[in-house]
Amino acid sequence: MGQTITEKILAAHSAQAEVHPGQFVMARLDLMLGNDVTAPLAIEEFRRITGNGKLPDQAKVVLVADHATPNKDIKAAEQCRVMRDFSREQGMEHFFDVGRGGIEHALLPEEGLVAPGECVIGADSHTCTYGALGAFATGVGSTDLAAAMATGECWLRVPESIRVMYRGKLRRWVGGKDLILYTIGLIGVSGARYQALEFCGETIEALSMSGRLTMCNMAIEAGAKNGIINPDGVTHAFMKSVTKRSYTAVLSDTDAHYARTVEIDCSKIELQVALPHLPENAKPASQVTNVAIDQSVIGSCTNGRIEDLREAAAILKGRQVHPNVRLIVVPATPRVHLQAIKEGLAEVFIEAGGALSTPTCGPCLGMHMGVLAKGERAVATTNRNFVGRMGHPGSEVYLAGPAVAAASAVLGRIGSPEELP
Amino acid sequence: MSELRGRAHVYGDNVDTDVIIPARYLTSSDAAELAAHCMEDIDPEFLRTMQPGDIIVAGENFGCGSSREHAPIAIKASGVSCVIAKSFARIFFRNAINVGLPALVCPEAAAQSSTGDELLVDLTAGRIENVTQGRSYQAEPFPDFLQQIIAAGGLVAHTRRRLAGN
Repeated sequence: MGQTITEKILAAHSAQAEVHPGQFVMARLDLMLGNDVTAPLAIEEFRRITGNGKLPDQAKVVLVADHATPNKDIKAAEQCRVMRDFSREQGMEHFFDVGRGGIEHALLPEEGLVAPGECVIGADSHTCTYGALGAFATGVGSTDLAAAMATGECWLRVPESIRVMYRGKLRRWVGGKDLILYTIGLIGVSGARYQALEFCGETIEALSMSGRLTMCNMAIEAGAKNGIINPDGVTHAFMKSVTKRSYTAVLSDTDAHYARTVEIDCSKIELQVALPHLPENAKPASQVTNVAIDQSVIGSCTNGRIEDLREAAAILKGRQVHPNVRLIVVPATPRVHLQAIKEGLAEVFIEAGGALSTPTCGPCLGMHMGVLAKGERAVATTNRNFVGRMGHPGSEVYLAGPAVAAASAVLGRIGSPEELP
Repeated sequence: MSELRGRAHVYGDNVDTDVIIPARYLTSSDAAELAAHCMEDIDPEFLRTMQPGDIIVAGENFGCGSSREHAPIAIKASGVSCVIAKSFARIFFRNAINVGLPALVCPEAAAQSSTGDELLVDLTAGRIENVTQGRSYQAEPFPDFLQQIIAAGGLVAHTRRRLAGN
């Protein structure tokens, strides 16, 4: 019987001809990642494991200061210093500090650090983003990262795969975020628990890399171990634009076994909004038009790429943010930030009355740069709308794509671009 | 492994790591500091009502969301002796094993227990007894591979042993 792309990558990284769902493997890793929340703990554990030893392969370790940066307070500054000191002590080439990094899951693809067929872990749940490149990538905790830094390996249980087939042409403004919110709404926040979500079909083939990264980014919100898309022309063109290095792409066999197949007709999908307090509470934006908002956040590892900012700017150009709304736009990386300035998008956001921030994860997890007060409501292009996610436990987050977030900022309530005068 | 005894604190499905330990406290990795805010955004009374040894009982997908290991660290350091759930989110489950917080899958015990019930847990046998209700249950056994990590005393010790073997 054939193998899925996930099974093939895990087999290739554990020196086996084939692996099967449920099997435990010790996978050799191509890359491992930590950030200023998870890495300090991992560094402490790495020192315990190795007795203050050296990284066996420093080039495979990536540390990014992105969550509470630029340092929000003294404690955050000290967490970042732990990473900075460690990277210097280890002679690491992939430590990304403020101004040279940005949000990890937008940064790593931009830097060409992940390629098709590779096996990646990260001490951040949204590490699954890189499945868009045809890699196996999954989130772990700090101790798993520490063990991987010491050994170059990580134990993994081979997941069953769910195939999600998307057919049909997308409506105007509908993108990767709407597809993934719709999908999570369909299968639920634990609908793919411990499983691989393999996205395929003609709609995915026609989707940009940016949209694919958004979809795989939120695979974890359905409980999935990884999200993954078989590499194709879009993937190879993207890789060519970011790196010269070679890689070995693998594809699912046509007779691979799937735990189930979900078929989705995309021509019927409207712009989506996920209501508090779970990403599975997805509804068409047209049914959520009486929700006044205090803040709109456009950014994050989910939707902070240049394509997302272009979409938001197209809607905000020549318009003003509603007087009751704070609009915060967060380019995901310095490269995206600079591009937004060059293309005149920065001007559009600022002239509309929005605040253009330096790259940071800050507002998405209520850490800083846009924390919500009790009773406040935000629409955000981020990935989680849990209780207290963006601030006070009595605040609310509505998840959406850039089009809805931008239109809502102008309307002062949740709405879509079609409703704008 | 020892026998655990404590009162149940029962929660529903999809308890996420943001409510277990909100991001505003993640600028510290200190166990005691994290424990002081454990479950704050889902149950502000938790720390006031819990006694050392008490047991968190939850529904499906416990620990979903962020990969923050601070969540099982906070739960363990608050004095909770183990978590019983219908199911766990995978990253939380890994983290719990890695930091030595027992995490037992037992849908029946999770469904039938009420807050305040006295529970007795035999970790070695995977037996859960609800003393208050006079019921007993069998938790799902850990796969062999995970038992090796647990037997070693967590992933740090297990990895040290592997490296020494090499």
